[in-house]
Amino acid sequence: MEKKIRVLVAKPGLDGHDRGAKVIARALRDAGMEVIYTGLRQTPEMIAAAALQEDVDAVGVSILSGAHNTLCPRIVQLLRENGMDDCMVLVGGIVPQEDIPKLKEQGVSEIFLPGTSTEDIVKFLREHVRPRE
Amino acid sequence: MPETKEIASQAQAEVERWEQETLAPALNKRPERKKRFETVSLDEVARLYTPADTEEIDFERDISFPGEFPYTRGIHPTGYRGKLWTMRQFAGFGMPEETNGRFKYLLKQGQTGLSVAYDLPTLMGYDSDSPLSEGEVGKCGVAVSSLADMEILFDGIPLEEVTVSQTINAPASVLLAMYLVVAEKQNADWKRISGTLQNDILKEYIAQKEWIYPIRPAMKLVTDTFEFCTRHVPRYNPISVSGYHIREAGATAIQELAFTLRDGIEYVEWGARAGLDVDEFVPRISFFFNAHNDFFEEIAKYRAARRIWSRVMRERFNAKNPRTLQLRFHTQTAGVSLTVQQPLNNIVRVAIQALAGVLGGTQSLHTDAYDEALALPTDRAALIALRTQQIISEETGAANTIDPLGGSYFVETLTKKMEDGALDYFQKIDAMGGMVEAIEKGFPQREIQESAYQYQKAVERGDQTIVGVNKYQMSEEPAEISTLVIDEAVRDLQVARLEQTRTRRDKGAVANALEKVKKAARDDENTMPATIEAVRAYATLGEICDALRDVYGLYEEPAF
Ligand code: B12
Repeated sequence: MEKKIRVLVAKPGLDGHDRGAKVIARALRDAGMEVIYTGLRQTPEMIAAAALQEDVDAVGVSILSGAHNTLCPRIVQLLRENGMDDCMVLVGGIVPQEDIPKLKEQGVSEIFLPGTSTEDIVKFLREHVRPRE
Repeated sequence: MPETKEIASQAQAEVERWEQETLAPALNKRPERKKRFETVSLDEVARLYTPADTEEIDFERDISFPGEFPYTRGIHPTGYRGKLWTMRQFAGFGMPEETNGRFKYLLKQGQTGLSVAYDLPTLMGYDSDSPLSEGEVGKCGVAVSSLADMEILFDGIPLEEVTVSQTINAPASVLLAMYLVVAEKQNADWKRISGTLQNDILKEYIAQKEWIYPIRPAMKLVTDTFEFCTRHVPRYNPISVSGYHIREAGATAIQELAFTLRDGIEYVEWGARAGLDVDEFVPRISFFFNAHNDFFEEIAKYRAARRIWSRVMRERFNAKNPRTLQLRFHTQTAGVSLTVQQPLNNIVRVAIQALAGVLGGTQSLHTDAYDEALALPTDRAALIALRTQQIISEETGAANTIDPLGGSYFVETLTKKMEDGALDYFQKIDAMGGMVEAIEKGFPQREIQESAYQYQKAVERGDQTIVGVNKYQMSEEPAEISTLVIDEAVRDLQVARLEQTRTRRDKGAVANALEKVKKAARDDENTMPATIEAVRAYATLGEICDALRDVYGLYEEPAF
């Protein structure tokens, strides 16, 4: 049997907008993935530690507060420091167009804006993540 | 009564006749566009509403006249003919200076009240220089860490004349104290100032998720403000019980109505238990609802809200004062309905949503800006949002007559449906022991989460259309719009000001005042006087909240 994709859905910083994160978590679960939701108000350190402990294939960061430029690069960096080089980082939420290229340069694989269908997100993960042994 | 029965069957018979003679042939020729027509809450809507649907509704008992029980048609006998709703745009970003400038701009453009949006550190009770505030200062609202910031925020704005609403919850008592001290410094009389504190902590645990303390001590802080305002700031609304956030988190219209009013009941119970007279403090409880896309459903929701509240106040609390029975509310258009795609379409959505609020008899209104799904609004976007209200109020004729949709078979049926749906939820929540207990069990949270998911699925199936998102998409969108960018330097400037404040103040006085805050909390006394003293001494928001965190502890969200 094929191994299931494991995803950590994370809410960094003081942002309390969790409608999107919960919708995504459930959609991924319904698509057969294993999803761990961090809950609110996680520091980048807490998120990286959870990713390591849960041994996930991807971290999906949901952020609508405008603090993405501060928090997302740190999450990527800490994952790399933990040796999780293959762990993919996705970001979803309110991210201005002009910030997207920079986040990608800093190691975020893809950014999903409001209005994205959860089916597209599932498809993206299936195409890009290969669950590790 | 056999007489009504007969009319009933007559109305029903007429409908059946129409269905056979006129409808059936038409359906044969052309079937309807879809099998099921539904509201944005995914509730089914019938083809036609007729007197057969409103038989159980009694004009005198259920609809009545404006200004009379059960207030279905409005609380004012003259509707908007006497006084228009207050145009109150939610605004705040960056430094207090910048927000002060936006306030003055909006007032100059004809806005009639103010509403403050605070940044996330302020909303969570942290100062701008807390490590947790990094990246967040001034981003989602204005940064206020001490009285010094509040003085700048309201500089040149006479608090005795302008009513101000503050969107602040977990640390609300501290921001209220800052507001009162600024008013005092302007020589404004506390007995004459008016305004609103959101201060609705229950919906934080349910929907907005900006909590600090565990639920019960947080409720105690809320009742402290009730008691304090009743005595010292009698024209101020110490709470705005909010369905807005509940709806935005994913609730249906009925869930929004039910959870909000049940929250309202909970506050009344806590106030009464603290020894307050219901007929004295309840008239100052205000409400806040969402205006979503489904026009008629929303109008029915507001009408049902007034009817339910007046009945509940009379039946559960034996209220006598007519003002206790009158539900007053603010409305905000549904941010969650607004799209990144083709953002100018949002102007149209907002206009229609706002019209629903007006036809539903709102007391004040915020209209969202077209750039809602992108960033905090620019001046230009905020201006069009305000102009939308002015056009509705002065060009459309919507404010000329009271409750123009009253008596519509559809709207009256929907109003009743809203009411019945809310009462069902009341029963469930009462059976759990009340709203605090229901929240502790995660009941409203789960209901909302489920609705949010079902809505997402309905959109993805195409059952619910979002223009520009799942229909009429464009790969090349016309005319990009410019958006507001908050300078990262805001944090440094705020930190510098805070440092200055900390060095200039009398350290002994601060320490003393903070000790008093703790003592009041520990001894279960009213915390407001000590909080005001601390604010006067320029203790910071973070320091005062830390004092309370020491005594009360922190809330941990259970997993569900
Ligand atoms: C709903 C909402 C709220 C609700 C939140 C309820 C809740 N529990 O979630 C309420 C009313 C409580 C609220 C409050 C506030 N809000 Co608000 N809110 C919104 C709103 C209108 C919609 C967000 C939403 O839930 N959409 C529906 C969900 C399904 O979509 P989504 O989250 O975008 O998720 C989709 C994608 O982004 C992506 N995605 C998201 N996360 C993830 C994660 C992964 C892994 C992946 C792959 C994809 C992905 O996929 C999802 C499906 O398409 C937005 C504006 C907008 N229209 O987007 C403002 C908005 C986010 N809010 C904003 C603000 C400022 C606030 C407040 C701070 C206001 C204040 N000063 O008091 C408060 C505080 C919030 C808090 N606690 O942190 C601003 C943020 C500004 C910025 N970033 O520059 C916005 C942009 C509005 C604005 N223009 O002012 N808000």
